[in-house]
Amino acid sequence: MNKQTGFNVLWLQSGGCGGCSLSLLNAESPSLLHTLEDAGINLLWHPMLSEETGSEMVALLEAAVAGTVRLDALCIEGAILRGPRDSGRFHIMAGTGRPMLDWVRDLAGVARYTLGIGTGASYGGITAGGGNPTDACGLQFAETERGGALGEEYRATSGLPVINVAGCPTHPNWITETLMQLALGDFTEDDMDEWQRPRGYADHLVHHGCPRNEFYEFKASAEGPSQLGCMMEHMGCLGTQAHADCNTRLWNGEGSCLRGGYACINCTAPGFQEPGHRFQETPKIAGIPIGLPSDMPKAWFVALASLSKAATPKRLRQNAVADHIIVPPHTRKK
Amino acid sequence: MSRTIVGPFNRVEGDLEVQIEIAQGEVKEAWVVSPMYRGFEQILHGKDPRDALIYTPRICGICSVSQSIASAEALARAAGVERPRNGELALNLIHACENLADHFTHFYLFFMPDFAREIYRDEPWFEPVQSRFKAVKGRAAGDVMQARAEFMHLMGIMAGKWPHTLGIQPGGSTRGIEAKEKVRLLTILGGFRRFLEQRLFGAPLEQILEIANQQQLDDWLAAGDPAESDFRRLLQLSRDLQLDQLGKTGGRFMSYGVYSLEGERTFRSGVWYQGKRKTLNADRITEDISHSWMEGQAEPQHPYHGVTLPDADAKAGYTWCKAPRLDGEVVEVGALARQLIDGQSLVNDLVTRSGSNVRNRVIARLLELPRVLIEMEQWVRMLQPKEPFCNDSGVKKESQGFGLTEAARGSLGHWVRIKNGRILNYQIVAPTTWNFSPRDRHGVSGPLEQALIGAPVREGEKEPVAVQHIVRSFDPCMVCTVH
Repeated sequence: MNKQTGFNVLWLQSGGCGGCSLSLLNAESPSLLHTLEDAGINLLWHPMLSEETGSEMVALLEAAVAGTVRLDALCIEGAILRGPRDSGRFHIMAGTGRPMLDWVRDLAGVARYTLGIGTGASYGGITAGGGNPTDACGLQFAETERGGALGEEYRATSGLPVINVAGCPTHPNWITETLMQLALGDFTEDDMDEWQRPRGYADHLVHHGCPRNEFYEFKASAEGPSQLGCMMEHMGCLGTQAHADCNTRLWNGEGSCLRGGYACINCTAPGFQEPGHRFQETPKIAGIPIGLPSDMPKAWFVALASLSKAATPKRLRQNAVADHIIVPPHTRKK
Repeated sequence: MSRTIVGPFNRVEGDLEVQIEIAQGEVKEAWVVSPMYRGFEQILHGKDPRDALIYTPRICGICSVSQSIASAEALARAAGVERPRNGELALNLIHACENLADHFTHFYLFFMPDFAREIYRDEPWFEPVQSRFKAVKGRAAGDVMQARAEFMHLMGIMAGKWPHTLGIQPGGSTRGIEAKEKVRLLTILGGFRRFLEQRLFGAPLEQILEIANQQQLDDWLAAGDPAESDFRRLLQLSRDLQLDQLGKTGGRFMSYGVYSLEGERTFRSGVWYQGKRKTLNADRITEDISHSWMEGQAEPQHPYHGVTLPDADAKAGYTWCKAPRLDGEVVEVGALARQLIDGQSLVNDLVTRSGSNVRNRVIARLLELPRVLIEMEQWVRMLQPKEPFCNDSGVKKESQGFGLTEAARGSLGHWVRIKNGRILNYQIVAPTTWNFSPRDRHGVSGPLEQALIGAPVREGEKEPVAVQHIVRSFDPCMVCTVH
């Protein structure tokens, strides 16, 4: 692979935690490097993996901006810090004296595709939480508002807007599969949802494949941490609304937030970091959760919930509030 | 003397710039710059304390679990909640998995690739080192990533995912482990052990831990082929390049101790200076902002009372990092400090002979792999399926608490004060805040700034490779440093 023939990817870390890079390293079977190599993807530079440091790396950035090195995909991880007072000084790229904000704008101007890696780079995310002390935003959004660091009208040279591989962190395969589809020329604007997320994972709900589905069906709910029941009613779980394939794709072999025993916090969505209530508690009005499952009419939900509650088998009612199975499924004897 | 600016530094976590003055072929002065600020302490102000469990792991993608552990411990102390034994064991396993994966990643992906740089082309070991450790292209990288990803399956089972789990709670772990999962955990540990024994050490882990002093280490190096053991290769490079003479600090060490079980810590806490170990008094920790882009604090403050208010125009400031001090003194933290304070015999002998340096830091880190993995194998066996893993925890309206733990790269502390059931003040002091601290109000430099003084500059070098080795020997995490 070389810079002439491969699909050139440049990866920079902005105002985030680096967790999407670390998650990327979890790619397996084959490992990340073998996956990229086989797909003809050439890592021009990645902050955790590349040899080049200091002036060697700055020279590479300058060559990309000047167009002497082709930039196929610009991956930006972490929110863009615009403060204080629009100066971008909360994040100066080391060794250059220039705000990351300016580097990102220059590089995005020459990139064939620009990707926001993680919810920070996509919408602002955690760094934009609380009073947003650094005036953090995403590449093309500030939370749900279009604009962000590059502006609503921005298009990469391919004509595509920013591709938001949102997630806090992202799943390694959300990144590798998006890059591979781009390298193949298979990815178009139709492959993005309204928040510009790849539909490959954003057309699914976290609820799909949740191993607690039976508890959900009968509204047999967990009331405390480590209990087995559905976490929607009391524990703040947003899996029925969150766009991602976490429970069909799985993380680190066989995990997901729900399989780990804790609530989905909808981390692929703009504004997830400020839900307006305590994360691990479901807000309710008159005992009914405010956030209903996606596409479900409220009256139906209420009717079905009360019906299924009335029909909850004893097994589910007891297991829901236990931290291991105490009542096994009944065996029918002939 | 003109100042050379080295950055951006990669193969570290986050953004780092180092400024140095060079004369007579060596570094004379150094300034360490952390060029990014996000403001977690400001973001947390006024939130429900339990929401810190969502925010604080996202300070850092590489020390994510350590942040959760420190936060959960601070909240547990504030709420007065205890953990069932299964909960302690589960949290130790999750935490140890992250710490070992970090050591492993650091050695293969961050530290060793610098020896495959062109500047070492004429060294007798260059060819084999380049073919194995070259960044991205070396043969080790792909295999190492696969082994790391498989080891991380422990996270998939016990923590849902990594990084950024919410499974770590004040009262324990949200994930009960069943008997069938217990044996799968043992299988995962077995796979990782095999990689360490076959590739990293080229020997059974127990045998590595029997090496008790430098003489025995030298004998062990001489007894085998560096091509069959990456640890031997490191020792060979260290000897040839005199890495034990590189990157020395003042030699005062601190560890908070880590892996709690039934009132004890598997690695004990303490302070070490000139051969003597003392008890740690965390009340004596302060943060100084005299050389930081910070305001709002005239005197150094204990974290319960400290503030974090950015001021990009602060006159004497040159970094977003504060300067933490213990009893007013600079301390070095990390695997070397942790193993020294715990009394590990080889580390003790190495430090007694040559103090704190690049070689000793890297050896101590690698020794933690067998030490901790063997503990993990025991912890899994001790798990009792069907017994509780988590106690429920509320919040006391007026309370305070602190959580002290060890990330891979050193001591991490959270301090929280709660008023009206909300966070009044939350302060975080991270490992690299200690190690990469700027000068304090007395003009005293932090460990890295000290370690860089005297670093040799080879003919024609603008960004000395010795500086690269020294910086990376601390395994810095810059996103934690400032947060």
